[in-house]
Amino acid sequence: MKAVQFIEGRAVPLERSDVDTDQIIPSDWLKRVERTGFGRGLFSEWRDDPEFVLNNQSYVGATILVAGPRFGTGSSREHAVWALMDFGFEAIIAPSFGDIFRNNASKQGLVIVQLDQVDVEELTQLIKESPSRLVIVDVEHLRVEVPETGWQRTFTLDAMTRERLLNGWDDIGLTMRREASITTYEQTSHAPSLAGVFDANGHVR
Amino acid sequence: MARTLYEKLWDEHVVASPDGEPTLLYIDLHLVHEVTSPQAFDGLRLNGRSVRRPDRTLATADHNVPTDPISTPVLDPISKRQLEALEENCQEFGITVFPRGHENQGIVHVIGPELGVTQPGMTIVCGDSHTSTHGAFGSLAFGIGTSEVEHVLATQTLPQQRAKTMAVTVNGRPPTGVSAKDIVLAIVAKLGTGGGAGYVIEYRGEAIEQLSMEGRMTVCNMSIEAGARAGLVAVDETTIEYLRGRAGVPSGNEFEELADRWRGYVSDPDAEFDAELVLDASQVVPYLTWGTNPAQVVALSGVVPSPDDFDDLDQREAVSRSLAYMDLTPGTPMREIPVDVVFLGSCTNSRIEDLRAGAHVARGHHVAANVRALVVPGSHRVKRQAEEEGLDQVFLDAGFEWREPGCSMCLGMNPDQLKAGQRSASTSNRNFEGRQGRGGRTHLVSPAVAVATALLGRFASPDEVNA
Repeated sequence: MKAVQFIEGRAVPLERSDVDTDQIIPSDWLKRVERTGFGRGLFSEWRDDPEFVLNNQSYVGATILVAGPRFGTGSSREHAVWALMDFGFEAIIAPSFGDIFRNNASKQGLVIVQLDQVDVEELTQLIKESPSRLVIVDVEHLRVEVPETGWQRTFTLDAMTRERLLNGWDDIGLTMRREASITTYEQTSHAPSLAGVFDANGHVR
Repeated sequence: MARTLYEKLWDEHVVASPDGEPTLLYIDLHLVHEVTSPQAFDGLRLNGRSVRRPDRTLATADHNVPTDPISTPVLDPISKRQLEALEENCQEFGITVFPRGHENQGIVHVIGPELGVTQPGMTIVCGDSHTSTHGAFGSLAFGIGTSEVEHVLATQTLPQQRAKTMAVTVNGRPPTGVSAKDIVLAIVAKLGTGGGAGYVIEYRGEAIEQLSMEGRMTVCNMSIEAGARAGLVAVDETTIEYLRGRAGVPSGNEFEELADRWRGYVSDPDAEFDAELVLDASQVVPYLTWGTNPAQVVALSGVVPSPDDFDDLDQREAVSRSLAYMDLTPGTPMREIPVDVVFLGSCTNSRIEDLRAGAHVARGHHVAANVRALVVPGSHRVKRQAEEEGLDQVFLDAGFEWREPGCSMCLGMNPDQLKAGQRSASTSNRNFEGRQGRGGRTHLVSPAVAVATALLGRFASPDEVNA
């Protein structure tokens, strides 16, 4: 995972609630075995509409997405995170998020910024008034700001997620430091395994 | 100190809880399918890592398999490549896999329980949000993303934050004609799509206790539709009798000893939950969704709602958007809305009991003109059992298609899709825009309502079929 300390860029107002991961990346895209190239599928059903905000030229190149409550609910597909990042987004700001989406984002270095609904609405107004306004997401100081207007809010991340983002740490590598604990646990656990249940061809013995 | 079932499951699976870091939780069973795993296996190869416990990992093809006869090839080259990749990856890493056509193949959340590999007291994960289904067995089961799939493959653990606990208590008995699907639609409507976020829900009360395991799975399945990653039902004799004699469990005394241990997977009587929702089962009626999220629920006897029914401005806008997408006019009786396609299947409602409920309504009748009706059993085992009971013939005689198992039209990754503008009555779990095919309009219903709707060509309850 790439480290991320500070994001400075333009922001797009999505102004929709309940944006589920089926909307972020439709299932047709999930057949691929690669991890890259999903940006073309991002919001693909909505992008056919010329009025859709991502088709608005003034927001091209934005790196921050501002959305309504319950962003990323539904399917566990990490492809939603890959699509947002492949398209160029580095942070998502919304009043609430789907739990699995939030986890997936943290594994990839997509910064999840949860703000109160009124703050998200204020920020939305600021970037609608002037789409060229720069927005800053500061992971180190857990702060969102619009320097041109002095608007500033703080947000929270659990300590570990913040550390991992700042350092670009690989989760699996971190867990492997606990190898001895895992082995000890396995020696005491009595949860049944699949050993002996199926033969080499997957038939029940 | 009194503990909830969730707290017991959590405590039993803690590998390490280092200061300032999330708890490392052990995973007893990892279920894998073709869609959310290929990039995880690539990650292992890239880092020279192996699968720590192939004997705790089980794979099946389900999401994109065609439901045409097994003898026909997979025509979509991208799907074909993904199905092949699953087999190759499982071979390379030593994992048991059920490819398309295998006698044990089926939807991942149908085969785990029916093979008896889903067991009380386990932690179970899968790269699929409907993993919550397995919580019906008193196991902690939740969906994960591909990075976490890779993490579990490599370490058999996951760093986790402890969730809050919510009891959803459904008191009393539901009226005749009300199914587990109606109960869970009522719950999702009450909680909303975000009400369960951050919680693990334990379903309890007389209405839950009297459900079969199939019914409990239907309820737990849709926990994620209320935002909760996991749903639970305490172990009782229904749980134990369901598992007795299944492939993954021992027999004789060994089973009885195991069953005794399973009986402990219940919340202590005086355990406290962080939140509780109480429902009266006698007030639950047959429901369906009218909109584009699973909390947009209305009684079958009701009408399409109006944006004016809602106080909140944002909600009014969302309702207007949903109505426009669904092409519905407020005030229209739901029973007058015609459908084009009926889908009986998915990890919510494709088990033997669901097929029996549907066949009971279909027997001796015929699907309405201009309606396409599909029955997709959840697995080859379900399909074989249904055929032994003659249910396939009931459906075929009534004009339904009897197809091969898979996720099928629930998410439209295979050729079973709605065309733009088509309206479906579907026993699946999500009515999101485009979920069943671009431009398709989905209404979630129970199996009995789905079949009655297929026969009358409009949303209908089973008692209308013989009227």
